[in-house]
Amino acid sequence: MLEKKLGKQTVIFKQPPTIAATASIVGPKEGKGPLAPYFDQILDNELWGERSWEMAESKMVREVLSKTALNASKAVSRIDYILAGDLLNQCIAASFGVRESGIPMFGVFGACSTMGETMSLGAMLIDGGFASNVVCLTSSHFCSAERQFRFPLELGAQRPPTAQWTVTGAGGVLLSSEGTGPFVKKITTGKIVDMGIKDQNNMGAAMAPAAADTIFAHFEDTGLPQDYYDMIVTGDLGRIGREIADDLLSSNGIRIGSILNDCGVMIFDMKQDAHSGGSGCGCSATVFAGFLYDRLKKGKLNKILFVPTGALLSPTSVQQGESIPCIAHAVAIENG
Amino acid sequence: MQQTIMSYVNAFFIGGLICAVGQVLIDKTKLSAARILVLFVTVGVVLTALGLYQKLLAIGGAGATIPLTGFGYSLAKGAFNDVDKYGLLGAFTGGIRATAAGISAAIFFGYLASVAFKPKPKQ
Amino acid sequence: MQQVMTGDEYKKYVDSKAPDSKLLRNVIRAFSVGGLICVVGQFFVNSFSRMGFDMDVSASLTSMTMIFLGVLFTGLNLYDDLGRFAGAGSIVPITGFANSIASPAMEYKSEGYVLGVGARMFLIAGPVLVYGISASIIVGILHYLLKF
Repeated sequence: MLEKKLGKQTVIFKQPPTIAATASIVGPKEGKGPLAPYFDQILDNELWGERSWEMAESKMVREVLSKTALNASKAVSRIDYILAGDLLNQCIAASFGVRESGIPMFGVFGACSTMGETMSLGAMLIDGGFASNVVCLTSSHFCSAERQFRFPLELGAQRPPTAQWTVTGAGGVLLSSEGTGPFVKKITTGKIVDMGIKDQNNMGAAMAPAAADTIFAHFEDTGLPQDYYDMIVTGDLGRIGREIADDLLSSNGIRIGSILNDCGVMIFDMKQDAHSGGSGCGCSATVFAGFLYDRLKKGKLNKILFVPTGALLSPTSVQQGESIPCIAHAVAIENG
Repeated sequence: MQQTIMSYVNAFFIGGLICAVGQVLIDKTKLSAARILVLFVTVGVVLTALGLYQKLLAIGGAGATIPLTGFGYSLAKGAFNDVDKYGLLGAFTGGIRATAAGISAAIFFGYLASVAFKPKPKQ
Repeated sequence: MQQVMTGDEYKKYVDSKAPDSKLLRNVIRAFSVGGLICVVGQFFVNSFSRMGFDMDVSASLTSMTMIFLGVLFTGLNLYDDLGRFAGAGSIVPITGFANSIASPAMEYKSEGYVLGVGARMFLIAGPVLVYGISASIIVGILHYLLKF
């Protein structure tokens, strides 16, 4: 009998790790959004003095790592592991970003769910006694994602209203074995859900069933009442995806519509022409590291279920006509 | 003078109409820009071969030559002309011969653009 | 979680959730911008004819001029704004073809001038040339055969 396992997908920690600090860096568009006051740094230029979008993204990862350590007043040398990932082929933003750090690193890929995945794994490393300090880092960059997944920036193409806008940003979360919270109490690891959606311009609809599946599993495994959390916040479903997830959960008897929120909806204003909302690894990472962590620290939110969502597609799979497999990882975070 | 003004009016309506068809296809079928362009060129070639595009051109002028269907028209017309002059070989030489100026210009200017300009993200 | 829908039902449900893409508005924009671009083209055709060039030469010069303008506006970071507004209105004219060559050329410069610019500039124009030229060869051959 596994003493830390609850049900099929959930882990409950015996000594819940503390989120000791976070840091976030975002691009100019995100810096004009409603969450601007919560970010540590807002870039005035997407290239940030680098030669390419990819190098700029790596620089965000590098800088957000040192900011995270700084915000925790911890020497970088006391970090046991870095868990990091991004959207680019072979996760180059993450690897190049931590290249000079000299810290043991696990590269992780979960598309836009990567922040949930790294926090889950990091919390398990700490509760398992394998590490005292783990930094989780993820990033995305509008320009590097556009050229990899869509079209050149200057191509005069229209986006349909269901399309989402990749967030330029990087977030860092430092998990620690000691501290006063907020704590990572439980995690629910998602399984891949694919409802056969093939439209790359409607990822919210592709990911919503995965988010609903993980949230449902979390309540089933833990037996918690549906009103237990102050907020359940998905990663980057966007406006349409959030609505769909709410519908799917309702038809399974889980009515959380009033507390269900989405990072992709929160990060941009309707007026910002981001269509259905933000997306990308940097979306949930910066909204958590910036806004949600601040709310937890100040006690405005005390119990949240953070559910980053990922669409596990590649340009190759899309061109070969495959549907989009999706995943969502839930991280339950509570004060005290 | 009257004739010149009419040439602008006709170009506007025929050109606008062809683009409007493209927009309906984009919104209704979710075809990407690349597929729309491929479709329009091919349709232009076929309509010209059937002798239909010439009628549109007679009315629309630049309204029919500027859209990519007009590129298809030039390709097909070039192939026909060269077939008439050189026989079967013409099917292979005519299309590119007739469109050489446009294709070469696009490649050369495109190359120069890459040297001179940088892409910029939008807010 | 219980799957309450099959894949097909889910697709239908998702389509019902997707907001209207404002077809009428988009078509009006495409019509106006596309029409205006053709008016500019007509202006060049008329001007070149007035300078005494014959019809074929005027047409070629017009294509080149329009392509130059398309590339220039792409380089000045304006054509994508136009595209976002006009959709097919700026994709379908030959200036859109020029944009489809210049935009990847600029974008992939970071991968070098040979395999970046040189190879990737045909990302979208390549298929257009492949299908356009192939179609012209096929109709050329048919034309040859039908002459007998």
